[in-house]
Amino acid sequence: MAKKGDWVQIHNVVLPPEERSSALPEDTKANPLEMWVKGYLTEDAEIGEVAEVVTRTGRHAKGEVVKVNPYFEHNFGFFVPEVLEIGNTVRKITFGGED
Amino acid sequence: MDNSYDAIMARKNEIIKNAVGMDFDKFEKPGIGFDYEAMMEATGYTIDEIRRVQSMFSIGNTPLIELKNLTELARKCAPEGKGARIFIKDEASNPSGSFKARRACTSVYQAKKLGYKGVVTATSGNYGAAVACCAAMAGLKCIVVQECYDSHGVGQPEIIEKARKCEALGAEVVQLTVGPELFSTVLQLLEETGYFNASLYTPFGIAGVETLGYEIAEQFRAKVGKDPDVVVCTNAGGGNLTGTARGLRKAGCSAKVIAASVNLSGLHMASDSQFNKKSFTTGHTGFGVPYSVNPDHSDVPRSAARPLRYMDRYVTVTQGSVFYITECLASLEGLEKGPAGNTSLAAAFRLAQDLDRDQCIVVQETEYTGAGKHINPQLSFARQNGIDIHFGDPKDEIPGKNIILPAHPSLIQVTDLDLDHMRRSRIKRAVGTHKDELTDEDIRFLVEETNTDEDYVRSVVASL
Repeated sequence: MAKKGDWVQIHNVVLPPEERSSALPEDTKANPLEMWVKGYLTEDAEIGEVAEVVTRTGRHAKGEVVKVNPYFEHNFGFFVPEVLEIGNTVRKITFGGED
Repeated sequence: MDNSYDAIMARKNEIIKNAVGMDFDKFEKPGIGFDYEAMMEATGYTIDEIRRVQSMFSIGNTPLIELKNLTELARKCAPEGKGARIFIKDEASNPSGSFKARRACTSVYQAKKLGYKGVVTATSGNYGAAVACCAAMAGLKCIVVQECYDSHGVGQPEIIEKARKCEALGAEVVQLTVGPELFSTVLQLLEETGYFNASLYTPFGIAGVETLGYEIAEQFRAKVGKDPDVVVCTNAGGGNLTGTARGLRKAGCSAKVIAASVNLSGLHMASDSQFNKKSFTTGHTGFGVPYSVNPDHSDVPRSAARPLRYMDRYVTVTQGSVFYITECLASLEGLEKGPAGNTSLAAAFRLAQDLDRDQCIVVQETEYTGAGKHINPQLSFARQNGIDIHFGDPKDEIPGKNIILPAHPSLIQVTDLDLDHMRRSRIKRAVGTHKDELTDEDIRFLVEETNTDEDYVRSVVASL
């Protein structure tokens, strides 16, 4: 249950597949055009329920509640050994070896 | 009101007119052309006025840095006596972290002046952060519309970082799955809010970039005592190159302007399944080529970004080469920057090897870096998506299949795009289904559009 005033992310289908632009590749056309926005809930709502939010700019938008207190999880990724190797290689070429 | 896709698109011209405060119809000419310079002058701002406005937003006057160690590396890869000095304009020092602050500033300033309460922009890139940043300074509301996720809800890390930054700067971010219908969402938001359309492609945006070219000429002359021989611009929608080249011309600078894009040939930009197979979300050929030959398919009736008018040469580089040079910039120069902005640096590294040592080449931008928007997470994400990453010869790179990091820096190459072919395509597009015989005015327009001469245009038109 999300409470009135909670900061949530909502989800909408903007265009179902059959209403999408004809100029699209087949793989894209097979899927709906979906939208996500964030805002403060105007009434209590369950996750998965359609509810109204007020966004940062004060717009009223409706959609299915998908997340409460949404946050960012992107990071610097897993270790990529090649990155170190590039640095080692070009330093050696430019400045010479340690010996 | 009918908010179906077709109904919104049918109201397009009216919505845009209200949302830019400019009537584009008045620049149209009877035939196929329009008065580009009149449209640019209609901003009402001289370059000095734009510089004054940008300085109010603490934008511009970014450092011009000589990359002595990278130049040394290029010289070790070059024939005897070759290897031009490489300089970079550190545009990441702008408040929003990229040159896009220049482009956003003039639009936001104009929106404020005309009494709009907010701005809307459609972008997955640095421009969103730039508009959000300037809107915050001007006390305007801001909505950024992004193409962000594939149909499995997997987002490009670079774009998610942009969403975070826009939100951090006070904007509302509307995120969509893959598809060009994003434009209808933008139109609907413009209609709903009555906000200004801070499009990337209005004359305000492009006039804002002119200061970048102007500054390069001024700073370079002060630092080196002459004009640079070459300025390299990363090319996507064309505004970066157009604005920079116009600024260079206004400063009377003689530098050649070379466009550079990441080669993503073979990948469809509107493909859901290929969306997360590419490791660059901008600065690539998927935007660079179509926007050069058909600039007017943007979100304004006539785009102010017309790169074919200004480029002397157009080269591509591989994804692996750009990642490689980004790591070189960190390891050899102590400058950790975002990869996309380094597209032109990868090109410059190779182009410098054809020039003499006393010649100079300027890379006209850097961009900020951070979580998601950095060589490590972008390579990590590619590997997670099944892209094969290994050291080898970049010429074997196949976009969407592998990323080949050069086994040695001397393997970094540029590939020339066929400008003649692009100019012919531009003429063909511009003439389109126009039935009447072309007037002298039409021909002059095509000469300007393609940066060629009357004989060239007439011979191409005759061959259509």
